[in-house]
Amino acid sequence: MSSRLVWTGLLVLVAISLLLACAWGSAGWVWPWTADEAMQRVVFELRLPRAIAALTTGSLLAVAGCLMQVLLRNPLADPYVLGISGGAAVFALLGMTLGLSFLPVPLLAFTGALLTMVAVFVLGRGSGPWSTTRVLLTGVVLAAGWGALISLILALGPDASLRSMLFWLMGDLSYAQLSAWWLLPLLLGLGALWLRARSLNVLAGGQMQAALLGESSRERFWEIYLIASLLTALAVSIAGAVGFVGLIVPHLMRLVVGADHRRLLPAAALFGGAFLVVADTLARSAFGARQLPVGVLTALIGVPLFLLLLHRAVRIR
Amino acid sequence: MEAATSGPLLALEQVSIRIGPVVVANDLSLAALPGQFWGVLGPNGVGKTTLLKTLAGLHPHCHGQIQLEGRPLATLSRREIAPRLGMLTQHTRYAFDANCEETALVGRHPHLQAWSRESRADRAMAREALTELGLGDLAKRSCMQLSGGESRRLALATLLVQDPAVLLLDEPTNHLDPANQVTILNVLGRRVRDQGKTAIMALHEVNLAACYCSHVLLLLGDGQWLAGPTAELLTARHLSRLYRCRIRLVDDGQQKVFALAGEPQR
Repeated sequence: MSSRLVWTGLLVLVAISLLLACAWGSAGWVWPWTADEAMQRVVFELRLPRAIAALTTGSLLAVAGCLMQVLLRNPLADPYVLGISGGAAVFALLGMTLGLSFLPVPLLAFTGALLTMVAVFVLGRGSGPWSTTRVLLTGVVLAAGWGALISLILALGPDASLRSMLFWLMGDLSYAQLSAWWLLPLLLGLGALWLRARSLNVLAGGQMQAALLGESSRERFWEIYLIASLLTALAVSIAGAVGFVGLIVPHLMRLVVGADHRRLLPAAALFGGAFLVVADTLARSAFGARQLPVGVLTALIGVPLFLLLLHRAVRIR
Repeated sequence: MEAATSGPLLALEQVSIRIGPVVVANDLSLAALPGQFWGVLGPNGVGKTTLLKTLAGLHPHCHGQIQLEGRPLATLSRREIAPRLGMLTQHTRYAFDANCEETALVGRHPHLQAWSRESRADRAMAREALTELGLGDLAKRSCMQLSGGESRRLALATLLVQDPAVLLLDEPTNHLDPANQVTILNVLGRRVRDQGKTAIMALHEVNLAACYCSHVLLLLGDGQWLAGPTAELLTARHLSRLYRCRIRLVDDGQQKVFALAGEPQR
């Protein structure tokens, strides 16, 4: 596939997904430009901000997934592998259970994510020689700990808030409303990351190779870890723990544009965003008044799509 | 910084290296000048790889000083070291799928700014390195689909594209058939001779060392070492002591070849 075709395709995909999100909803189908005043308010005050939230979240998760996979040199890594979503979830669920309505859930989630990030950073550094394995184990064990706490909260929590807690855990954009200005920090962040993209290519070759090619791998590792964690923390506080986007989109895009991060990062950002916008539109529109958590849809669409491509791909071994 | 053309590219002054309980070298001093091709010989586990890692600044040494182009290695950042010193490691792992040309192009990384892209000249360098090593036809092949020998030559191509003045080579002939062993040593020899580089190569093939290396460093174990011109040091007596087995010099009038004599059985 020629690269111009790929980029045009991705941009068209984003545009179509946003148009779909604006035109379709549980209130019915309407082209934004033919809508009467009431529908225009629905489109511009409800559907568009939610679509932008989905676009931002999807992009953040896809990029964070790319970073984690190269950072841990592990194709199974996703943005949540080091326990960031778990930390966010425990704080968010505690807020819901204890009825801390004066603290917004996104703020609590972000606090939990940051706390986990710092914990992995401090504990993962260790005292001996530095290793990726130690960081991975620290994160995975922390994630397991958070998982136990989540089960505990679900088991002991009041039934009234159970549904909202489950929705949060599966990822839900119902309350996410972002203005278009949110795209600005995302774009700036992506621009900054793009400057690091070739370093990521070098890091993919391993610590020693990276050091020999001029990357002081330890500092670069933590730098990228912090960026990836912050992106994930933002995504989780916007939309809860939306699964699969951060795992599947990087792999899909690697099949399409290759492993060079200068192409992979922007491609993953575009496709991840469009993917989540479409999934969220389906989640809130396809079943009439009944809304589904978007995480269910990302998995239901993502898993067969990914398995099909994996089956047909000759380049993954 | 321009390379100080007259002085040594890499100089060691009384450097002691150890890894765990193994003393690799005590008070090692040597100077690798432009145009010199050093061979590092020694039995398994004597610390050849550790020595090369130390020279690359990736293993701490106890005392002494290592100078790269006249500046103390310890004070240089990785970013400053990489354009001047590169190393072919014993194993190369490719984590993600990329074609051979892209993989070789990674060698340009230390020469490029964060925002700049590889130029036409960089791509030409990568092509040339691949062609020189007999991988020209594989430029568009995935690095995951290579044989052991091809993968080894790709790693060397990446080092050639990095184009440092000091080339550290950890058993570069591993996995290679005889013809390819000779090919890559010819390529390396030309780079050292014609472009005023220096190479320091750990290897086990004594005869290849005799053929290609101008100087040798023998790591005898327990921190003892001998360093000097190949003609002086590479003798049957030294080699027998080095490897603790009987090695004979066979001369057919055209070439002298070292042969592993083995222990005579009764």
